[in-house]
Amino acid sequence: MHTLAELVIVFVILLDLALAVTGSLSTCIRLVAAQGVVAGLLPLLAGGHFQPRAALFAGAIVTLKGAVFPWLLLRARDKSGAGRDVEPLITYPASVLLCLGAFIASSWLGSRLPLPATGVAWIVPASLATIFAGFLLITTRTKAITQVLGYLVIENGIYIFGLALFVEQPLMVELAILLDVFVAVFVMGIAIFHISREFDHIDTAELSELSDWRRGEYGR
Amino acid sequence: MPLVLSSILILLAGAALALLLRAHPSRAQAAGVWSAAAASAAGLFAAARVLLTGRPEAFSAAWNVPLGSLTFSLDPLAAFFLVPVFLLSGLAAVYGAGYLKAYAGRKPLGLAWAAFNLLTASMAVVFTAANAVLFMTGWELMAASSFLLVLFEHEKPQARRAGFIYLAAGGAGALMLLAFFSLLAPASGPLDFASFRGLSGGAAAAAFLLALTGFGLKAGFIPLHVWLPEAHPAAPSHVSAVMSGVMIKTGVYGLVRALSFLKPWPEWWGWTVLALGAASCLGGALFALAQHELKRVLAYSSIENVGIILLALGLGMTGSAHGADALAALAFAGALLHVLNHSLFKGLLFMGAGSVLHGAGTAELEALGGLAKRMPSTALLFLAGSAAACALPPFNGFAGEFLIYLGSFRSVTATGPAALAGVLAGLALASAGALAAAAFVRAGGTAFLGEPRAARTAAAHEAGAAMLAPMYVLAALCLAAGLAAPLLLGPAAAAAAAAFGAPLGAAAALDASGPLLWVSGSGLALLALAAAVAAARRYCLGGRKPAEAGTWDCGYAAPSPRMQYGASSFSQPLTDFFQPLLRKLGQYPVISEYFPARASFSTEAQAVFYNSFYMPAAARIRDLAYRFSWLQHGRLQIYILYIVVTLMGLLLWKL
Repeated sequence: MHTLAELVIVFVILLDLALAVTGSLSTCIRLVAAQGVVAGLLPLLAGGHFQPRAALFAGAIVTLKGAVFPWLLLRARDKSGAGRDVEPLITYPASVLLCLGAFIASSWLGSRLPLPATGVAWIVPASLATIFAGFLLITTRTKAITQVLGYLVIENGIYIFGLALFVEQPLMVELAILLDVFVAVFVMGIAIFHISREFDHIDTAELSELSDWRRGEYGR
Repeated sequence: MPLVLSSILILLAGAALALLLRAHPSRAQAAGVWSAAAASAAGLFAAARVLLTGRPEAFSAAWNVPLGSLTFSLDPLAAFFLVPVFLLSGLAAVYGAGYLKAYAGRKPLGLAWAAFNLLTASMAVVFTAANAVLFMTGWELMAASSFLLVLFEHEKPQARRAGFIYLAAGGAGALMLLAFFSLLAPASGPLDFASFRGLSGGAAAAAFLLALTGFGLKAGFIPLHVWLPEAHPAAPSHVSAVMSGVMIKTGVYGLVRALSFLKPWPEWWGWTVLALGAASCLGGALFALAQHELKRVLAYSSIENVGIILLALGLGMTGSAHGADALAALAFAGALLHVLNHSLFKGLLFMGAGSVLHGAGTAELEALGGLAKRMPSTALLFLAGSAAACALPPFNGFAGEFLIYLGSFRSVTATGPAALAGVLAGLALASAGALAAAAFVRAGGTAFLGEPRAARTAAAHEAGAAMLAPMYVLAALCLAAGLAAPLLLGPAAAAAAAAFGAPLGAAAALDASGPLLWVSGSGLALLALAAAVAAARRYCLGGRKPAEAGTWDCGYAAPSPRMQYGASSFSQPLTDFFQPLLRKLGQYPVISEYFPARASFSTEAQAVFYNSFYMPAAARIRDLAYRFSWLQHGRLQIYILYIVVTLMGLLLWKL
């Protein structure tokens, strides 16, 4: 039974690596959606016996992450006129190397963290690696939309981490996080649309002109 | 204790009421004044009871703030400091009712009264708190409410500058105090003073230096005084009286409390405090001599008096380190007595300066003059305050300094370093006294004697009854405290005993009561002599009116008020002598022809420490900060990276 779950874990890690090398924005959105769906199915595969409540919950997650979020994000991409490319600040090989490094670091971290033993192998390192991958997306991609994607990837990682800790599903906690993410994606979708209408682009690197800091203005 | 707590609650309620009634300035003012007066009466009664019976009172309740507890303690030390708080703030409220009338409609009086009552309440909390969190809450509330009052006339750039410096000094001081309290913190449980752990060695020295800087920034001794000459003149005069009279004493109180936690004191602590006190009383008096504004003169005189208090503390600490407890007890009792005396006469003097400001429209010395004829009561009261500030008997300023002199003379007969401390303290005190006398002769003489130097001053009017009555009360108290000094010695010694233990307190009462009786006796004799002279003059005049004539005017054909000695010309010999320290800016005309044309002359007193030390230091820190400006990109990604790296670092550190 757990082999299936472990297969899913491997799939999640492969999706992290794929996110690091993908240059197309729409592919990125779909990859994140796929990761959300497999992560949402994970409790059903790892849980042993079937529970109606867990199934209902997994269904909600799969619907939101697999259908609603991608739809919102693709719509935001089209309306804001963002290009097809994710426009990374570092090269793709560097992204992959960082992602692999993150995976090594998380396997070390996973062995050091004082956590209760989990039935599924590699679940803690995989969740940490996913969180790192999300941070990677946020910090090395310029577009606002990729930051939303990074946020979603982090949420996936936290969700898997939560599974590793509490196999018996603290539903309310996860539901609350999910609601947060939903509102966040919704708001960001609108905000990105408005930002692009005001500034003709959604490049966050250019948004620095909004800050009160000007290089050399106060300095010598 | 319930009485003090209820007076704090009355003050808070008065502050809230004043804020609620802010749309009706007269009602807000009534709420502020009456609550301050009622709270003062209750608080004074409670503090006096503790001082007379010597029985400390306490109150304790749980508080859901982490590390906090509502633990209040009213021991003789706290009670001794509370007396001037309630006395001066009650009188200042009455004075303020008259003083602020001129601002009705132009200024938010409701807010001003709320801040004033909050200031008094927070000072009462500071003096009675026996828990570090509670103490810091009161401390910060005190800083915030007085900051609002400093900004009362915020349309003036000076006031905004003063407010900013005050805020920076207060913040820096609070930071030091947080570090100080965390050093003393017990392993677990609330940070009650009673549960503080004893420190020794390097930790004790660090705690001492933190307390000295943190509390020193509030007490305002040199070189931590920079905010004081800016903030005190900027506030309304009744607030200046409270700030200078009692608020800076919270720093002295804090230092005394901190020293009580850190016994026994190494010898160098005493020398440090002694040196700072000597520098402060000499420097304060000297800078007072160079100022051009009456309230700034008084502010620098406060620095001098805090220096005297610190000098006495340092003398006591060195004495105690050498086992000369009797000497130390004299010095501590003198320091505490001077705390009370300074708050009385400095309150009186600031109110007098406020009356001048109110009546003549300016407190610039070079524009004043001849006010004794126009404001006779204010002139008389200011003279009484000045005499007290110059430590002239029979007024109260002399009593505290007398005890310190007595301590320093006693230590001279001892052998070793304690004798040196006594000699240095006596020398510093005497020179500072001479300089202070010159400063007050200059300030009082320029403002009240001679002829008005400006048209506006000529039209000055006397202050109203609401302003004069508190000043008369304070002047009477100054005289009474001077004559009744032997009676005040007991409470002061009890307060010192409460802080430092019986050997450093009670001995003074026995030791000094004899000499102090002589002081009171001579004061009474002096008063009797003055009365006899007045009676003799009256008798000789026999109802005739004395003739009045002009002062000898050097033979000038048409003297004008501009030919009088001004404030800067009066002090020029002294200030020129100390020019390397004072660094005043000036332009002097060079007269080379037989018939000189128009010429002008100007001098400007400088904030020496602010300009030569704090500004360069601040610039250095700013330059250092700009070195790290590469961290500041304005790029969202980089900021998120900082957060991730920090979180990762914390995670790895904790693993």
